[in-house]
Amino acid sequence: MTNPRVGIIGIGQSAFRARRDDASYPDLVREAVNLALADAQLELDDIEAIVYSLSPDAMVGIGNAERLGVDAVGARNKRFLRINTGGATGISSVAAAYYHIAAGACDVIMTAGADKVGECGDSQTVLNKIWDPTYERSLPLGTITMLAMSGIRYAHKYGMSEEDMAGVVVKNRRHASLNPNAHLSKQTTIEEVMTSRYISWPIKLFDCCPQSSGGGAIVLASEKYIKDRKLDAVWITGVGHCSESYYLGDRMGRGFMADHADAHALGESFKRAYKMAGITDPQKQVHVAELYAPFSNTEFHSIEAAGLSGLGQSVPELRAGRFNIGGEIPVNASGGTLCTNAIAVTAMIRLAEAALQVRGTAGGHQVKGARVGIASGNGGDHQFFGTMVVEA
Amino acid sequence: MELMTRNEAWNITYRHALGETASYFYTEIRDNKKIFGRRCATSGRVLVPPRAFSDQTLKPTTDWVEVGPGGVIEAFTMVYEDFQGLPPPPYAFGYVMLDGADTALGGFFRGVDLSNSAEAAKKLAVGTRVTTKFAEKRIGDVLDFWFEIAG
Repeated sequence: MTNPRVGIIGIGQSAFRARRDDASYPDLVREAVNLALADAQLELDDIEAIVYSLSPDAMVGIGNAERLGVDAVGARNKRFLRINTGGATGISSVAAAYYHIAAGACDVIMTAGADKVGECGDSQTVLNKIWDPTYERSLPLGTITMLAMSGIRYAHKYGMSEEDMAGVVVKNRRHASLNPNAHLSKQTTIEEVMTSRYISWPIKLFDCCPQSSGGGAIVLASEKYIKDRKLDAVWITGVGHCSESYYLGDRMGRGFMADHADAHALGESFKRAYKMAGITDPQKQVHVAELYAPFSNTEFHSIEAAGLSGLGQSVPELRAGRFNIGGEIPVNASGGTLCTNAIAVTAMIRLAEAALQVRGTAGGHQVKGARVGIASGNGGDHQFFGTMVVEA
Repeated sequence: MELMTRNEAWNITYRHALGETASYFYTEIRDNKKIFGRRCATSGRVLVPPRAFSDQTLKPTTDWVEVGPGGVIEAFTMVYEDFQGLPPPPYAFGYVMLDGADTALGGFFRGVDLSNSAEAAKKLAVGTRVTTKFAEKRIGDVLDFWFEIAG
C-alpha cells in the first residue's frame, strides 16, 4: 500500500513564557491559530476539521477545556476531536490530523491547543494523580521521580554522571538562547547546573523543564490541495506510535520486555516511522532531531531510541558535541522540552520545530542544510510514544 | 492596564473500589504481614503487586504466591523538594523485586540518612539487598510496609 502524502502548510507557536497574564486560555489558543493561519495564508473558514490538543484538564484547571477552546479554533459547524496522550498529546494530535487527510475525510485540517502550566501551582500534584489509586497513589510518584528512577537505571546500566546530565542542559540552553520562542533561554554552565538544588536525585532544578504557558497550531493538507494551489509544504513521510505496559515495576526485575532505563516503545515507534519513510540508517539520513526530553537524563535514552546512537553511546557522543548545532546531528536545536514545556502542545512544537528546520525557516537556530527531520513525544508514565519524519 | 487574576483550588473526594485481587493483597498485609503476588500460568512469572491479568501474556493470572520479605532494589530516588499533597522531604522511595517475584513493588526506603545524597545513593544502589518491614498499625495500604537495607 502506498501512503497518500500529507503536507504541513502552516505553523504557529507562541513565544513561551512562565505566565501570560495578558491572555485567557482561549486567547492563547487563538494566538497560535492566527499565527498558523497567517503562515498558511488561510482563513478559519478554509479549515474543514479540527483536532484539539489538550493533555490533563487539571493542568489548565478547566474540566474538558476543549469546550472552551471550540470558538478559539473556529470549530462551530465542523468536525472536532480532542486528543490526550499526556505529554505525547501534541504529536498524537498531529497524527490524528494526518490520518483524517490520509483517510480522505478532508483536504485541509488544523490541530491546535495551548497550555498554561505556569498557572497551576501544583503540577507534580496533578501528575501524581495519573498513578493508579489501587497500588501506587500512596507513593509520591510524579513525572520527576518516575524519570529520576529511569536515570538511575540508565546510569547503572551504561554509566552516566551528573556532569553528563548537566552537559545536556548546557547544550539545550545554548540552543534556546538562539530561539526567541524558548521559555528558558539564558545560557548556563556545568557548574551552575551542578550547584542547583536537588529535586529528585539525581535530577536537580536545572535538569528540569520549566512550566510554560503558550499555544501551538499546525495546518495540514492533502497532496492534491497543495499541488492544486501550488503551495510550499513540508511532507510528513513517516508516522509511528507505540505504547508501553502500565506498571513501572514491570519494566525492571526479571524477564521484562522493556527496561525502564531505556525508552523501548519510543524505539519501536521510531522503527515504524522510519520504515514508512524508507529510512534505513538514521545516523546518516536524519539531519536534525527534536526529541521530547523534559529532564536532562531522558535525552540520552531518547537519542538512542531514535537510532542516532547505539545503546549507552549517546553520553560520550553528546560530550563530544555530536548533537550540538554545528555537530553531526543536532538534537533539540530549539532548546527542546528542557527549555519550554507547555505540556498540551509540547510534542506538537517538537514536530513544528523539525518542520521549520527542513523548511529552512528556523531562524537563529537553523541547522544548515537540514532536509530530513524527526520529532517525538512521550506521554503517561513513560507509556505513549509518537514519532514522525518530516522532509522538505 | 491592570491584568487581573483569580485564585482557584480543587478539592474533590473519591471512594475507590480496589477489586478482589488488590483486596486479597491488602488483607494479607494487614492481618498477616504477608505479601502475595499472582502467578501467570502461561509464562510462570509472579506479578507483584498482583494483577488479575498479565502485562505480557495478557492472560488471566491463576494462583497466589507468597513473596519476600527479602528482595533487591531495582530503582530508587531521593526527593528533596516539597510538593503540595506529597510527604515532607527528604524521603527515599523506589522499587524492590521481592524474593520469589519477577516484577518490582513500589515502597518507601527507611533507615538511610539522606543528608548526604551521594553517600545515601551508594547505600540504595540498584542491586542492594533489602528486607520488608511492617507498621505496627496496619490499615491495608501500600504505606503499611516499607523497605530497609538488609543488615
